[in-house]
Order: sequence, then C-alpha cells, then structure tokens
Amino acid sequence: MAPSYDNLPIEDDEFDEDEVDFSDLQEQYEVRLEEGLDAFVVVDGLPKVPDENKPKLTKFLLRKLNTVGKVKEDGVFMPLDESGTTEGYAFVEYSAPSEAVAAVKALHGTALDRRHTMAVNKLTDIDRYGREGKISEEYHEPTIEPFQEKEHLRSWLGDMEARDQMVMYRGDKVGVFWNDKEDQPEQVVDRDNWTEFFVQWSPLGTFLTSIHAQGVQLWGGKAWSRQKRFAHPGVNLVDFSPNEKYLTTWSHKPLQVDENNPVPSLSADDDGKNYIIWDIATGKPLRSFATLDVPSSTDAEGNPVKKKMQWPTFKWSSDDNYVARMTQGQSISVYELPRMNLLDKQSIKVEGVMDFEWAPATPRRDGIKTYEQLFCYWTPELGSNPAKVGLMTIPSKEIVRTRNLFNVSDAKLHWQSEAAYVCVKVDRHSKSKKSLATNLEIFRVREKGVPVEVVDSIKDTVINFAWEPKGNRFVLITAGEIPAASAVPPKTAVSFFAPEKAKGGVIGNFKHVRTVDKKNSNAIYWSPKGRFVVVAALQSQQSFDLDFWDLNFEKPKDEKEASEKDVSANLQLMSTAEHYGVTDIEWDPTGRYVATVASAFRHHMENGYHIYDFKGTLLREESIDRFKQLIWRPRPQTLLSKEEQAEIRKNLRTYSKIFDDQDLSKKNTANRQVVEQRRRLLEEWKAWREQMAEMLEEEGIVDEKLEIAKQKDGEGEIEEIEEIVEDVVEETEEVVQ
Amino acid sequence: MRPILLSGHERALTQVKYNADGDIIFSVSKDHVVCAWFSHNGERLGTYHGHQGALWTVDVSPNSEMLATGGADNTIRLWEVKTSKLLKTWDFATSIKRVEFSPDGRQLLGVTEKRSGHLGSIVVYDIDLDIEAEQTSEQALRIVCDESKATVAGFSYGARYIIAGHEDGSVSQYDAKTGELIFNTQVHEPDMMVTDLQWSPDRTYFITASKDKSAKLLTTNDLEVLKTYQTDTPLNSAAITPVKDYVILGGGQAAMDVTTTSARQGKFEARFYHKIFMEEIGRVRGHFGPLNYVAVHPKGTGYASGGEDGYVRVHHFDKPYFDFMYEVEREQANL
Repeated sequence: MAPSYDNLPIEDDEFDEDEVDFSDLQEQYEVRLEEGLDAFVVVDGLPKVPDENKPKLTKFLLRKLNTVGKVKEDGVFMPLDESGTTEGYAFVEYSAPSEAVAAVKALHGTALDRRHTMAVNKLTDIDRYGREGKISEEYHEPTIEPFQEKEHLRSWLGDMEARDQMVMYRGDKVGVFWNDKEDQPEQVVDRDNWTEFFVQWSPLGTFLTSIHAQGVQLWGGKAWSRQKRFAHPGVNLVDFSPNEKYLTTWSHKPLQVDENNPVPSLSADDDGKNYIIWDIATGKPLRSFATLDVPSSTDAEGNPVKKKMQWPTFKWSSDDNYVARMTQGQSISVYELPRMNLLDKQSIKVEGVMDFEWAPATPRRDGIKTYEQLFCYWTPELGSNPAKVGLMTIPSKEIVRTRNLFNVSDAKLHWQSEAAYVCVKVDRHSKSKKSLATNLEIFRVREKGVPVEVVDSIKDTVINFAWEPKGNRFVLITAGEIPAASAVPPKTAVSFFAPEKAKGGVIGNFKHVRTVDKKNSNAIYWSPKGRFVVVAALQSQQSFDLDFWDLNFEKPKDEKEASEKDVSANLQLMSTAEHYGVTDIEWDPTGRYVATVASAFRHHMENGYHIYDFKGTLLREESIDRFKQLIWRPRPQTLLSKEEQAEIRKNLRTYSKIFDDQDLSKKNTANRQVVEQRRRLLEEWKAWREQMAEMLEEEGIVDEKLEIAKQKDGEGEIEEIEEIVEDVVEETEEVVQ
Repeated sequence: MRPILLSGHERALTQVKYNADGDIIFSVSKDHVVCAWFSHNGERLGTYHGHQGALWTVDVSPNSEMLATGGADNTIRLWEVKTSKLLKTWDFATSIKRVEFSPDGRQLLGVTEKRSGHLGSIVVYDIDLDIEAEQTSEQALRIVCDESKATVAGFSYGARYIIAGHEDGSVSQYDAKTGELIFNTQVHEPDMMVTDLQWSPDRTYFITASKDKSAKLLTTNDLEVLKTYQTDTPLNSAAITPVKDYVILGGGQAAMDVTTTSARQGKFEARFYHKIFMEEIGRVRGHFGPLNYVAVHPKGTGYASGGEDGYVRVHHFDKPYFDFMYEVEREQANL
C-alpha cells in the first residue's frame, strides 16, 4: 500500500540519520576547496646533510626549483631530526599555485646526482593520498581476475561458401551482412544507432569501429560484442596500424583533461593534445600529441591557402614497429613501438620535406640481409638547390638513393603494394610557369643500386595514378587544360602502362600500352588481386560511367594490336556500367565483386548501392533511403604457402566445376521455392475469385457492364462507321492556251 | 507503346476517367474546365464550362449519358454528356473532393472537404435516369465523418456498401442504405492519407493508394488486405487492370517539392505490378510532374494518366503486354 497521509508514521524512532554511513559518498563527492596550501610542494629523496651544510643544499635546490617558478623567500623548510641532520625532505612554498603544479610536472623524478633522485609532489596530494590509514602497511596481493574465454574474432572466415561480409550504414542503422550475389544480403547483425558518425573496419577485418562523441569502440566476434573502448572526447578520425596492433585517434579540438573533466584512462599529461596513439590489446594510451601548426602559405595573389590536413598524419611502417610524423619543411620524427620513444632521441632533419610515405611492405632489396624499413620523401627546390626525392632506411637512417629534379610544382609518392617500386609523380612547370606536364620517376627498389626509370612521354597533367596491386602495371588519368570560363570539367584520358617483355624473367622498361581519351573518368580502382581494374567518373555532375578492364584478356593471337605484342598486357574493356550519383567504389577483398555506393554523406539523390561482379555484370541494385556506407570486411593474409596456392591454381577447373554445381543447385532450390510460392498465390487468388463470383450470383447482382458487353456481343459485330469528309479548299480555273 | 499526349489543360490534372465503353476519356484539372477526348486518337470532343474553381473530380454514368463533376467552387454539377448542357448544380459549404456514380447509375455520391467548422461528409443523391427530368435537391443520405475526414469514396457491388478512405490512412465500410458505419480499419500507416480508391470490374475488391508509398488490395466485404504493393515514392493513384492481372500505380515526389528535384529523381513514372505476385513488372516514364491519377480502359486495352505537369498521356497496350506471363500463369493457361 502506498503511504498516504493517514498511515504516515508520525514519528519514526528507529531511524536515525546520524547512523547512516555517508563517508563513501562524502569522499566521492568531496568538493576540493582552495586550501591555501596549493602553492606548497614536498620534495623527497634529498641527501641527508648535517645542519651546517643545510644552506648549501638549499642553494643547490633553489637553483633547480626556480627554473619553473619563483620560490618565496625563506620558502624552503627542511626539518631536522634529533641528531641534527636533515631528514631528506623539504617543504617548498612557491609564489603561486600554478608554479607548484609546474614544478610537479617538470621536476618530479629528476636526478640530483648519481644516488639521489628528487620526488616532487604537491603538499595537498600528499595529504590526500598519503594520509595515515590511506595506505595499508601490509602488502595485499592483487587479485587476478579469472581467465575468461574470449570469442573467436575471425570466425567469419570459416563460412562454408567463402562469402564475404560487408557493413552497411543506412539511416540510423548499422548492419553486417553476407554478400549473396543477386539475392538479398543475409543479415548477420543489425543495430540502431550503432555509431554516431561513421563506421570503419580494422585493416585485417577483425574489428568494426564505431565513432561516438565520447570516443571509439571496437566490436567483433560472433556475438558482435564490444571488444575495446577508447575514450577520446570529440574524436573525428581514427587510423589503425597495418597489423591492428595500434590505433590513432584524432580530434580537431584539443583534449581537455583536468580534475573537472576526468576522462577514463587519460591523465593530465594528455591535456591539450589532439592525437592519441593506443595499444589495442590493452586499451591503454601509449602517447598523445598536439597538432603541429602547418606554416601557412599564400597563393599567387597573396591569399592564404587553406591547407588540407593530411590523414593519416602518423604513418605506420608495414610491420607496426615504427610510426612517423612529418613536421612540414623541417623534419620527420620516427617513433619506436611499443615504447613510443623517439628513435635515437631526435627527429631526422630533412630540410624542406613536403611529404613522405612508408613502403607498404618490408622491402627486400638486393643484397640487403639486415632488418630494415624504408620510406620515401621529397623536398622542393630551395634557393639554388634542386628538388629531391630520397629513400631512407630505418633504423639505420641511411639514405639509399636520392634523385634531383628541376622545375617541380608538386610531387606525389605512389608505392606499389609489395614495395617493389615507388613511382614519384612529378608535376613540372615550364620555365614561364604557364604550362604543366607530368613526369613519372619510377624507382625499382628491389634491383641493385635502385635504378630510376623516367616516363616523360605524358603531355598533360596526371590527375590520378594507381599501381596494380601485387603487379607491375599501372593506370593513370590525364586531364587537358581547363578551358577558361567554363563550368564543365575537362575531358580526361585514361592510359595503361605495362613493362616490356624481356628475356630471363627480368622486368623490362615500362611502356605505354593504350590511351582511351574523351572520357570523364577520374578514379582508378584496381582489384585487390590485380589484373582487373575499374575506371570510374566519381563526383561528377554529368557522367557516372564505370569501365571494367581486364589486362590479361585471352584473345586470339592474330587479333592482337601491334602496340601490345611486346608488352605483358592484353587489354580489353569488358563492360561499361552506369550508377547514377555514385560516390564510392570498393572491391571486395577477394576481387570477385565490386560495390558502388551513392552515399547520403555526399548528396541525397537515389542513395543506395549496386553490386557488380569483376566482369562488370550488375548483380544487384538496391536504393535505400539515407544510405551512407557500404564497406567490405577486409580479410587477413592467406595462411597458404606459395606452393599450396599454386596447387589450387592448377586445379582451378576441378574446383570451379564443384562450385558451379553448388551454385546451380542452390539457384534451383531457390527458384523452385519462388515458383511454389507463386503457384500457391495464384491458386489462392483463383479460389477467392470463384467464391466471390458465387456470392454475387447468390445475391442476384449482375454486373451491368459485363451484361451490356454480353448483349452487344450477342447482337453481333461491332459497328464500324467510316465517315469520309471532303472539303473543297480552293478551286481555280485556268485556261490552257 | 507510344503514348498520345493530350495537351488541352492549362494546369495540373486532378482526375481522368474512361466511360464504360472506353471510347471517351473525361479529364478535369485545376484550370476549371472539363474536357472530353476520343480515347483512340486523342482528339478533343468538347469541353464543359461553368465551374468557378479548380476541379477535383469527375465521373460518368454507366450509360455514358450524364457526367458529374465537383470542385473547389463548392458545387457538384451534373451535365449532359452529349450536349454539355448543365442539368443540375448542388451547392455545398466546402469543396468537393470526389464524386462517383453507383454501378446502376441511379445514385451519385460526393465527398465534401472539412474546413472552418464544417466536418467532412459523404452525401448521396438519387439520380433520375431521364435526361429531361428535374433532378432532386434532396439528399438521400448524409454521412458525417467526425473521426477523420474522408478523402475518397465509392459504391460497392450492387450499391450495398459505401467504402471510404480517410485522411488518417484508415478505410471505412458504411451501409449504403442507412449510412451506418459498419466498421473502420487502419489499413495504411497512421496519418498517411488515402489518396485513391478504385474498383475491380465486379466491385468485390478494390485498391487504395496512400502517401505511405504503398498501395493495397482490399476485399469489399470485410476490408481484409489481400495484397500490398510497396514502392519508394508517395502514391497518388492506383488502378486495377482487367484482362491481365496487373495494377498500375502512379505518384511521385509531392508537388510542392517538385521544383527542387530533377525529373529523374522525382520518380514520376507509372509503375506496373503483378496483382497476384506483388512484384514490379515495369515502369512507364514520360510525365515531368507527379502522376495525380491513372485510369484504365474498361476493356483493359490501355490506360491514361493525368499529371501535375498538365498533360494527360493515353497509352494503348502493345502485344507484348498481353503476351507476358509468369511461368506458373503459363502452366495454368495451358491446362
């Protein structure tokens, strides 16, 4: 019974407010007042000296202490014990609390000499944490939590049909689905408001990342449970290391961590930082960084150029052992993992450095046996010095190769996926700085001495370039001059390059294979397994073409074009498709399917996705309101050895027959089901119609229209009336001579 | 299938109707004029002048002698089809959204709009089939919709029931003799207006279209939903085709949003669905505004659509339309 006025206890003697133990709450919500002791610090770990040496020690100490603030006059107090020597600690009063904080930050843990290390703490902290009873005298062994079986994080790879998964973010829902080709994708999991901004897979597909205002969460396993959580308020972007060991989070707002804004697992040291690098296994931050100010440049008219932020800013070496950041124009800082210390305690000075890229795989240079990672960088022309492209090894910091370049406006670095080549796309201006042309400087990293090959046959500017993954061919797109005062983007041309055929398994010089011009294409998407490439027009207003090319097309020998005889490529346009409003294109990790997306992030016209096979046949299209993302789940590297893979390739025909049979039987069952369903619907409908007809007859209602029609039919043929109207428009009479 | 474009109206079309024989098409539009057209070649037969406001609705009696129209000038007018003579004007307090003759042509119903203190209602008049006779001003029946206003209504087989679709997405069945509400069911999504209601040839079932982007096939007797046709755009109209088991749906982005969207995105297409299997079969493009009404030739040989763009497009079906059959239909046909 709810207490009402009548049965309210008038006096409750058993209850006494004073007996309730509020201490835990009090402690938790204790408001920290200014105690007047905030300017005091306690310095521990000092040498014990007799009284007469005290001034000397104080003087020595003051020299250190005054580096961060001003110690008040007579602000150092060292108590003496009975024997007249100091006790090894001192109380120090600064002139302001902020100086005390600075002293703790800067001086705690600094060495005085070989035997003595200073411990500097705030007096209030000592009182708070070190008060009697706060620290137990006895050692308590920490309890180790019992082992809990974790879910298998890669169970999705065991799918019987070897299907691939994809995540789809549409409206407020995020779902993971199996790709079932033409059929409705099979749902694995679907949740409302799973993410606040976007979703992302980790590079090996183990985790699904969701981004929230409070931080980043990783999900995985069969049950899609939360695996890790990284608190970074206001996070904007995340980046994984290639082997999923570490994670970088970035927010454009500097972190605010202090006593009023505590953030789990972050300390006051992280205050004001933008980047945090996390260890994924422990979920703990390794180190945080603030954004570096990019020197603001101005364009030709003196207006400041808005710099695009480079992402990722912290670039990972292929084996997760190093992460590096560039200070534009000055240096590259390389940090060693997992300690996150600066390699050799200093940044590598590279004057003028504009950009750098790690080799995407551990390079296997000719004759090099020791461990190394490689990165490529470039510097612009400085005074009379030419522009330079360099290759540097880590950890030896040795420059392996440099190349001088002239008249450079811009350069882009493109590594081939196995780090066999790096192509430097150099935009060069003529002496008058009016026209632009592009050179390709290709470094053959694996060959002795790293020879450089130059492709300078390109007249126009190259707007896009892409290496064949695991291959040695590339595609580039050039754009002509932009016609002045025209809103139409210039027509583009797509060019294919392949190495010449050479004897003895050597890779010959890169040669132009074919150019297709008068296109609108601007994007290149290679299949992750190479050979096939999609060239598309993205974010264009007029054109939404997708061209599917095969570079190893098998065609009869005599039909080969002359220019293609001596290069290792047989180019063939397999098909052209169109997807209205396409914004994103992605190959599935096996290179079997291509998904194209019209994302609501970019526009609101016909949002949805298409799935094509590698040949460019449209398998499925679906338009979904507010469709935002479709991302294939990446796969880790295969565990099969080279020999095993070759074995499979050899027996491909046998396997494909089995798979074809499987597909066929699956399709047949599905078809049969559909047909059964239709048959049932039709039967039901007919039965219902008969029932209705009977009812009408019983009711004695005749369909007037049908009745009329019947009567007419009975009367005979439909009457057809043909009217011929002749009008005399004009009549003249002429007398013929 | 080359359409005939009827470009006689100056403003958006609101309703298009075939007569019972299917040789004449009547169209009404917001430009106050009623037009009659030959359906086989699109030649204009004549016009009916007199209305003082936008027209919302038209219907022709089963014997093709009388024509009823209703519009924003708060009148229902009865015309002689042959001579365009105005036979009768009924005045109301609010505009008329829908008129329809009973299957025998002896009754006419009208749906009135709800506005400023006037509840929406359905009124019924008895019609004297004699063209020369003076038509009565007395209402045979008046059903007041106090829950949610009716937007569309029609007579069932034998004029036994009046079925009405409402603004809140529900459908009601009334006794056509007494006007008593028999029952009301929520068929479409709540507060998604029922925009159209068209009958099967024998009036034992009907199709409703709604702003909730779906059309539904309902039984007349117990308002049971037989089929649902889901689309991706708000629907304004739905029609059932005789001969072939199809339905035709028309709609598109709301008229007020049209100027901001391209024709491609507006989804201004007539969509054909298989009536029984509920699968989309095809689309017919052409209009550059939403389709406000689709009407099917009573013999199933063609259809006409009226659009917000001010055009009526008359289509005559080609042979492939009639030849198309699902596997199971072919099986049944060959039995």
